Formats: sequence, C-alpha cells, structure tokens
Amino acid sequence: MKELFSLYATFFRIGGLTFGGGLTMLPMLTHELVEKKDWVTEDELLDYYAVGQCTPGIIAVNTATFVGYKRKGVMGGIFATLGMISPSLIIISILAMFLNQWLSNVWVSHAVNGIKVVVCALMLNTIVTMAKKSIVSALSGAVAVIAFLLALFTPVPTVLIVIIAGVLGIILYKTGGLKV
Amino acid sequence: MRVFLELFIEFFQIGLFAVGGGPATIPFLMDLPSRHDWYERADVASMLAVSESTPGPIGINMATYAGYNAAGYAGGLVATLSLVLPSIIVIVIVAKILESFNKNPYVKSAFSTIRPAVTGLIATAVLGIWETSLFTAEDGSFRFPIFSVALCIIFYVAMNHKKLKKLHPAFWILCGAVFGIVFKM
Repeated sequence: MKELFSLYATFFRIGGLTFGGGLTMLPMLTHELVEKKDWVTEDELLDYYAVGQCTPGIIAVNTATFVGYKRKGVMGGIFATLGMISPSLIIISILAMFLNQWLSNVWVSHAVNGIKVVVCALMLNTIVTMAKKSIVSALSGAVAVIAFLLALFTPVPTVLIVIIAGVLGIILYKTGGLKV
Repeated sequence: MRVFLELFIEFFQIGLFAVGGGPATIPFLMDLPSRHDWYERADVASMLAVSESTPGPIGINMATYAGYNAAGYAGGLVATLSLVLPSIIVIVIVAKILESFNKNPYVKSAFSTIRPAVTGLIATAVLGIWETSLFTAEDGSFRFPIFSVALCIIFYVAMNHKKLKKLHPAFWILCGAVFGIVFKM
C-alpha cells in the first residue's frame, strides 16, 4: 500500500511539474525514477519510452503505466497513471471554470485572438517536426498525403484511417513491399 | 447520464487510436463537434493554448477541458479516465511481452505506416485550426486578416530561430496575449 501511494505521489509530481508532455518529460522522468528512486535503470526507461511511443495513447501515461506495472503489477500501473493525470484534472477544471467566465471580457477576447495566432504557429511547428520524424521514405510520404486528403475531403472517420494504415503496413510486409 | 456514456465511448476510442501522443488527439478533437455539441471547432485553438501552457501532458489537458465543456467537473473526469483506460489495458498486455513487442515485424510494419498516416491526419486538423482561428470572421464568412497571418509567420520563424528554439510554448502564448491586447486584435 505504501509503495502504491509512493507511485501515485511521484507521478503526481512529474505530471504537475512538466509542461507539454512527450519528449519534454524525459529529463524529469530520469531525475525522479532513475536518480531519486532507483525504480528503473536509464536503459529500461528508454525502452518503456520507445514502447510508449508506438502504443496507442498519451506517451507520458503509457510510460507511467509501464513503470507502475513493473513495480507493483496492475494496481501499480493504475496508481502511477492516476498520479500522472491528477494535476491536469485539478488545474484544468479550475481554469476552465474561470476561462469560460472571462471570455466575455473584451480585453480577454483581444488576448485570446492574439493567442490563437500563436497556436496556429505552434501547430505549424508541431506538424513540421512530426513530418520530419515520420516521413522517411516515398511510401511513408505517400501514406501521409493520402491520409491528409482522405481526412480533408472525405467523411472517412479518423479511426478507420488509422486502422487502414496499420493493415496496409502489415500487408506490404507480408507481400515483401516493406522491409522492417 | 447519457452524456457520460457518450464521453466514455468517444474518449476511449481516442485513447485507443491516437498513436503518437498528445498531438495525435487533435484530429479526433476537431472531429467531435460534428457529432456532439460539447464545444465548437473554433474552441479547439483556445483549448490547445490552455493545454500547452499548463502543467501535464497535452492530451490529458485537452481531454479534461473538452470533458469539462461537455458536462462540468464530472465530464472532465470521465473524459480523462476514458482516455487513459486503453493505455492501461494495452500497456499491461505489452509489458508481459515487452522484449518481443518492440522487435515484432508485424508491430514494426504496422507502425511504420500508421505514423505517417497520423502525420497526415494532424496536418488536416492543423488546417482546420487555421481555418477557424484565422480565416473565419465572427459571422462565419471567409476573411483574410493580413496582420494576423503575417504575425503567425513571424512567430513561426521566431520560434525556429536557433537562439529562441529552447523557449517554452507558454512564452509564445504569453507574447500572443500581449500582442492581442496591444493591437486590439
């Protein structure tokens, strides 16, 4: 029970002190889990992280579940994950309450319009970074363009496009069109 | 009660199919307003701004915010728990076979095509965010705000400048707020 609580507390701290999730979380994870707690080795953490990136869901949550599971089984995974998401739940719930009231204020709405311009630039940044990482061949380029066009011009559900892409990869591998 | 069931179904699906972390949830969140009146597509940009500038993983922050808009505190809780449930299930299964999972050729081949597909999906979602935040006037008609578009390009160039690259997104969001107030955008 004590260790479950410790898992919750540690991941609560990680979730509450890191901004942005994903890669920005790695230094914090190393500091808390490898250096302070000695729960995992750095190599194990990188392995979990790699798996966390190619399993569905939020990468930070996947890593938390992994470490928690390794320490204390399924309950450990659940406590670590709950710790990771608790700060978000608290902070966002409080902010959302105020934000929806503030939005009727004229100065806040000027600020929000300025922020939206920055979000557009940040999103451009995100998509360029992701494209550089995921488009590594003619095939992956074609898959990206087709998914883009399908999502833009057809009502094919997002979920279906992800499934089709995965099945395509496996078929291409089976037929020798894809080397991994 | 029905709204909680709907939140569970939608966010469980997002958790199961958003491969690649936080940004991968954006296409799904842009999709939701076509089926539910929890928030509008135009709200996604401010949701992103809040999620990027508060602690915690972006995907979790987005889910809490969307859930809150749909059904208050309980909605935020249900959406977030539903989003992480697939992760817990999948990771517990994968943890048992970790050694072989990473190297399994079927897993590798499936993800080698899923990753670029997700990039394409996010590109569509980003276009949608531009459309609603920059190119749509308050009455819903098309507009082309030269000042905002120029500012957006300047911000993009600035955040990729090698001396400014390390700056946190929250810094740029703060800049945007200041610009917005100063120029009464």
